[in-house]
Amino acid sequence: MEPKTSAQICGMGHSMKRKEDPRFIRGRGNYVDDIQLPGMLHMDIVRSPFAHAKIKSINTDKAMKVPGVLAVITGETLAKYNLHWMPTLMSDTQMVLPTEKVMYQAQEVAAVIATDRYTAADGVEAVEVDYDPLPVVVDPFKALQPGAPVLRTDKKDKKDNRVFHWEAGDRAATDQAFAQADVVVKQDMYIPRIHVASIETCGCVADFDRVTGKLTVYMTTQAPHAIRTVFALVAGHVGLSEEKIRIVSPDIGGGFGGKVPIYPGYVIAVAASVVIGKPVKWVEDRMENLQADSFARDYHIHAELAAKKDGTMTALKIKTVADHGYTDAAANPSKFPAGLFSICTGSYDLKRAFAEVDGVYTNKPPGGIAYRCSFRVTEAAHCIERITDVLAQELKMDPAELRMKNFIPKEKFPYKSALGWEYDSGDYPAALQKAMDKIGYAELRKEQVEKRARGELMGIGISSFTEIVGAGPSKQFDILGIKMFDSAEIRVHPTGKAIARFGTKSQGQGHETTYAQIVAEELGIPAAHVQVEEGDTDTAPYGLGTYASRSTPTAGAAGAMAARKIREKAKKIAAHLLECSEDDLVWEPGKFSVKGSPQRSKTIQDIALAAYTNHPQGMEAGLEATSYYDPPNLTFPFGSYICVVDIDRGTGMVKIRRFVAVDDCGNIINPMIVDGQIHGGLAMGMAPALLEEISYDEDGNVQGGSFMDYLVPTSMETPAWELDKTVTPSPHHPFGAKGVGESATVGAPPAIANAVVDALAHLGVRHVDIPITPEKVWNILKEKGVAE
Amino acid sequence: MATHKITVTVNGAAREADVESRLLLVHLLRESFRLTGTHIGCDTTHCGACTVLLDGQPVKSCTVLAVQADGREVSTVEGLERDGKLHPVQEGFWEKHGLQCGYCTPGMLMTSCALLSRTKEPSEQDIREAISGNLCRCTGYVNIIQAIQYAAAKLRER
Repeated sequence: MEPKTSAQICGMGHSMKRKEDPRFIRGRGNYVDDIQLPGMLHMDIVRSPFAHAKIKSINTDKAMKVPGVLAVITGETLAKYNLHWMPTLMSDTQMVLPTEKVMYQAQEVAAVIATDRYTAADGVEAVEVDYDPLPVVVDPFKALQPGAPVLRTDKKDKKDNRVFHWEAGDRAATDQAFAQADVVVKQDMYIPRIHVASIETCGCVADFDRVTGKLTVYMTTQAPHAIRTVFALVAGHVGLSEEKIRIVSPDIGGGFGGKVPIYPGYVIAVAASVVIGKPVKWVEDRMENLQADSFARDYHIHAELAAKKDGTMTALKIKTVADHGYTDAAANPSKFPAGLFSICTGSYDLKRAFAEVDGVYTNKPPGGIAYRCSFRVTEAAHCIERITDVLAQELKMDPAELRMKNFIPKEKFPYKSALGWEYDSGDYPAALQKAMDKIGYAELRKEQVEKRARGELMGIGISSFTEIVGAGPSKQFDILGIKMFDSAEIRVHPTGKAIARFGTKSQGQGHETTYAQIVAEELGIPAAHVQVEEGDTDTAPYGLGTYASRSTPTAGAAGAMAARKIREKAKKIAAHLLECSEDDLVWEPGKFSVKGSPQRSKTIQDIALAAYTNHPQGMEAGLEATSYYDPPNLTFPFGSYICVVDIDRGTGMVKIRRFVAVDDCGNIINPMIVDGQIHGGLAMGMAPALLEEISYDEDGNVQGGSFMDYLVPTSMETPAWELDKTVTPSPHHPFGAKGVGESATVGAPPAIANAVVDALAHLGVRHVDIPITPEKVWNILKEKGVAE
Repeated sequence: MATHKITVTVNGAAREADVESRLLLVHLLRESFRLTGTHIGCDTTHCGACTVLLDGQPVKSCTVLAVQADGREVSTVEGLERDGKLHPVQEGFWEKHGLQCGYCTPGMLMTSCALLSRTKEPSEQDIREAISGNLCRCTGYVNIIQAIQYAAAKLRER
C-alpha cells in the first residue's frame, strides 16, 4: 500500500526511523534500575528452598545486626496492616508474604531493607527460617485425584485442587458429529511451562512522601493505570487514596506479558517505603525472575478431530488440564479463565466444536500469563495446527492440501465460529499460497522424497494460524471490572505541533513512532512534531495497558478517533478563516481547501494558530481532544508459515534451514517496525519449539531456573527469517489495522513442530512434544533404529 | 569490609573511587559513576547486557570486580558518540532497526565495536559468533546483524 502522506508528514505506511532510538543507542534510556533517588534504600528477598512447607519460625536477629540493615519485613509485619495477602487479577488470592506456609520453591518469605544492595543481600543470608516440609503436589493430574493433599488450606470450603472448570461450544452436537465421522484422530500434547525472560527483570522504586502523603512508584509495568487502581483498592484501608498514587512506567526492557501482574516484591517495597518514609528500590535478579515470576502456558491438551474421508473437517473436541501453580494469577480478562483458548478452531470452517479446560492448583509459582501472546492463543494455535497435521498423516494427504480444503472461505467473512467468535476478515488461502510459492513448496516435497531415499531426514512444516487480539469490547472484556477500552489525548499547540498521550505503555514496540504516525496520518502534522507520551498515570489518560497485541487495535484507534475530533473542529475554524461553509471544504493530509478553488486553503498549522488567536466567536479556544475507544469487536490477524528443517541423525539436532512467514495484520503503520515485530516474534516462537522449558522434579525443585538451563535463543540458533505479507484490513478498526506483536510467536511453534514430525513421519512418528530438544529427537531416532 | 582506592580510565577520563573488594565493575559504573547505559540482565555472565570494553576487550562487567579494573581503561556506551557524531555502530542500529526495547543494546553495541576493531569485513557467521554471548529477546537478531554489517561498511569508508 502506497502511503497517502508525504515523507515529510510521514503518516501510515512510511518506514520512519524510530523516535525513541536516539536515547537508547546513547545509553540514555531511563529504566527502573537507572533511577536513583536521594536517601534511597534497597530491598532484597529471602526465598523458600522448599516447594511446600510450614514455616515454624523466622529469626531476624542476626540479619538486624548486619550493619546497614534497617528492617526485615515478614508476613507477620504485613499482617498487622492486613497486607499479607492480595487479590490476583483473576480474583483469586496470593500471598505477599507468608504467615503459615510456603507454596512453591523460591516463594518470597521475608524482605530485608538496607542502605545498599550488597548489604541487603548480606541481610538475606542472615535471616534464619525454620521449615517443616509438607507433601508436594507437582503433577496436575495427580492434584485432581481424590485424596490428593488439598493445597489451598487458606480457603475454608476448598475440598480439592480444582481452580475452575470452563467450557465452550455444544458438547452434544459435537459428540454427534464425531459419531458420524469417517475418520477420527486423537492426540495428547503438552505445551510446557515457559518464561518470558525479558532481558530487564522486574523491579520498582517505591517513593512515599510523608509530608504530601503521595506515593510514587516507578515500576516495570505494562499496565500502569490498572496497577494504580489495584493499589488503591488493596491498600485503601491503610490510607492510600487513588489521587495520591502515581505509577510511572519508565523505559521498559521487554515485557511480553511478564510485566502485567503485580508481584509480591512491588507490594513489599511500597509497604516498606510507606513505613520507613524513604524511597525503596527492589530489582530482582535473573534467577528470582525465572523461578518466581509468573510463568506462561503449562497446558496438558487432549485433542480430537473428526473428518470425512475426503478430508473435510467436521468437528473438534479438546479437553485440557491447565496447571496454574498455587494460585490463579493469570492476567486474563475476568470472564475468560482460559483466556481466548476458544480460538482453537483456528482457520478452519469447523461446524462443530467443544472445548473444556480445568484449572488446577499445584506447588509451583503462580501464573498462566502470556508469553507474547493474547491470552492462551498460542496454546490454541498449537493444538489445532498440530492435530491438523495428525489428520493429514492419517489420511495420507498433503498438509497444505488439507488446509486449503478446510480454510474458512474469503467470502464467508465476517465469520461466526463454532465457539462463538466473529472473525472480522481474512483470506487464508492467499496467505498459504504466497508462502508456498515463496518457499518453492512443490520442489521441497520432491527434494524430501530424494533425501528420504538416501536416509536423510528433512521435514517441511506448515502453520496457518488465526489470532484473536485487541481485547476488547466492553460488553465482554474487563479486568477486575475495569472495561478494556483504551485511550488517547491529543493537544495541538499554537504553532501546529502536538503532544499525544496514551493509556498504553510500550516495552519496545515503538509507540513513540507509530502513534506519532497515526496522528500524522489523520491530521497532517509531521510525525517528527508529534510528541508521544505514555506510562505516567498523573499525565496520561486512563487505559488498560500494552499486552495481547492490543495497543494498535485499541489505543491506536483512540488516537485516530481523537485526531478526527480535532479535524472536525479544525474544519469549523477553516470555514471561519476561509469565510465559506464547512460543506464546501475538502480535506487532504495537512490542509482544508475550498472545493473547486484549491488555491483557497488553510493548513493544519494555520488552523492551530487560529484556534488560539482567531477562533470563531462562540467556539471554545484550543485544539485538543480525548477519545476512549471501545472496540466493537476483536481483530483477527492471521498468517501462513512454512518451515524446513534438517535433522542430524548423529546428534538429533534440528536445524531450521528456511523459514518463510507470510503475515496479514491488516493495514500497516510502519512496515519496518512490523517486520521487526515479526522477526522478534519468530525468535520467541522458535524458543519454546526447540529450546525453552521450565520443569520441576517430584519434590517441586525448579529445573531451568537460570540462563544456564533455560535456553533463550542466541544469534547462533536463530535463522534468517524470510518475510512476506498479504493485507486484509480489519473492517471495524478506524484505520483497518489488526495488531502484529504476537502473531509470529503464536504461528511459529506449530510450523517447527510440524516440520520435525514431517521429517520423522515415514518412521511412524506422529507427534513430538515441544521443546524438541536434540536429546528428545535422538531418543526417537535410536528407538526407530536410525540414529547414527 | 576492606576498601581499596582505585583509578579507572572511563571513556578517556581518569576516575577515582574507594571500593569494597566485592564491588562489581557494573555497579561501579552504574551506581558510583552514574553511567547507567550499561545494563544488568542476569548477574551470571549469560546475557551480555552489561558488556563493556576493558582495555579494548569485551567483558561482562557483572562478573568483573571493580578492583580488577584498577589502572585500566573501560569503554562504555556513553563514550561511543564523539564530538556530537554517532559511532557507525550506533548509526547502524538506528538505521536498520537493530533495537526494540533498548535494554540489550548498549552491550550489543560494545560487542560490535570490539568485533569491528579486529575485523574490517566480518562475514555473517563472524557477526553471529561475536554476538552469541549477547541475548536479545526483541529483535530476532536479523536486524542486529544487518546493523553491524552497515557499521562495518561505514567504517571501511573512513
